[in-house]
Amino acid sequence: MNVTVIDYGVGNLRSLRRGLERAGADVTVSDDPGAIRDAEALVLPGVGAFRECVNNSEPFHDVLVEKAEDTPILGVCVGLQLMYEESTEGAPEGETVEGLGLIPGRVERLPDSVKVPHMGWNELTPERDHPITDGIEAGDYAYFVHSYCADVTDRTIASCEYGRRFAAVAANEAGNVIGTQFHPEKSGETGLQILSNFVDYAEAYHAGEVAAAE
Amino acid sequence: MTLTKRIIPCIDVDLDDDGNAAVYTGVNFENLEYSGDPVEMAKKYNEVGADEFVFLDITASAEGRETMLDTVSAVADECFIPLTVGGGIRTKADIKETLRAGADKVSINSGAIENPELIAEGADAFGSQCIVISVDARRRFDDEGDHYVEIEREDGETEECWFECTVKGGREGTGMDVVTWATEAEERGAGELFVNSIDADGTKDGYDIPLTKAVCDAVSTPVIASSGCGGPEDMEEVFVEAGADAGLAASIFHFDEYGIDEVKRYLDEHGVPVRL
Repeated sequence: MNVTVIDYGVGNLRSLRRGLERAGADVTVSDDPGAIRDAEALVLPGVGAFRECVNNSEPFHDVLVEKAEDTPILGVCVGLQLMYEESTEGAPEGETVEGLGLIPGRVERLPDSVKVPHMGWNELTPERDHPITDGIEAGDYAYFVHSYCADVTDRTIASCEYGRRFAAVAANEAGNVIGTQFHPEKSGETGLQILSNFVDYAEAYHAGEVAAAE
Repeated sequence: MTLTKRIIPCIDVDLDDDGNAAVYTGVNFENLEYSGDPVEMAKKYNEVGADEFVFLDITASAEGRETMLDTVSAVADECFIPLTVGGGIRTKADIKETLRAGADKVSINSGAIENPELIAEGADAFGSQCIVISVDARRRFDDEGDHYVEIEREDGETEECWFECTVKGGREGTGMDVVTWATEAEERGAGELFVNSIDADGTKDGYDIPLTKAVCDAVSTPVIASSGCGGPEDMEEVFVEAGADAGLAASIFHFDEYGIDEVKRYLDEHGVPVRL
């Protein structure tokens, strides 16, 4: 399985690449929309400032929406946030910035009652079945660094709690567009399991072995 | 569910006689002893449940820099936990190059003291979460500080002191009050503060609790306590008494006096939330 990691100039892609390689994938890191259009599976990383991520990833938005029809996609952190319909980050009071709309929901700032950003290891609670969380149990820890999050809905695969409950793993209705609010490439064994699950899922998807959505 | 306290092993990396990167562990920033290969140590700590890993380049030489970035990359390849890299970072280009080599965060010390603008430049370009400001604090007992705390002396009497930011491994004072500087660094966009103590470093007598507490009380960004850890009780003290978010240690882990899991089990039994 070849997995293409979209390189749009943010953060450290090294561990993501290595984690996917350990899961048995051939990894291509690319900023070429043509190569991304041909990808078998895609990872949209996201580190750091949301605005920077939104602006820099702009050239890939159309191709991502197109690929969402028939390709497994994994969004990480801000990469997940971009997949929702809208976000209040960087928008004037009472307004929102439009996301890619691949997963229903809205991204909002974490409450002021807790230290923001939410940075460190926190527990996952599985909410519904999806191959991405195979082998992950309630109380497993993942590494989070974020200031914004989305509500727990029927599209949430696993949740986390920090000042409020929020979606830690989510997927679209068809199941092929997946996102993690935490960094699987920085979440030790739990994270490596999730990257491995993604590679396995992508293989099963292309082999036609993935069951239709519930 | 709560955010856990982080246990962080730290390596000081220098070039050995053959020009290869090697880990050294010191006492009071001096008397360095060889303690291992950086990549092997990263692998080991990754496997035993460290929550993060800190890599400090102590070469501070131009030829060392190239080797160090290659070593950072080799370490990053084995590190599936957050990796912070510090040492000699002075410009936005240094930050970028270190992140691209595989660091998740950079730790900046004298580079930020010399040029405080660097904090905001780094935070705007790469996000606050990856800008860690490191201070090497030293106790001073004169009247030149901004913030004073009461400390207990060995004879049981109390005394007032303030904490000064030093550079060059504690050899040079700056006259700047650590608490004032920490507050300013946070305002400028630092995402985390890394607090070392020249007085406690390498002593294994415990963290400088008054220092750590003074910084934790002054800022709302996470604080990593460093220097002086001799065992799990010291970790407990710095989390409970000082309010630190993470505890860093070097020699107790490198020389296998305590395992990461052993420290975590102790903390768990004493009601400190940790990732087990």
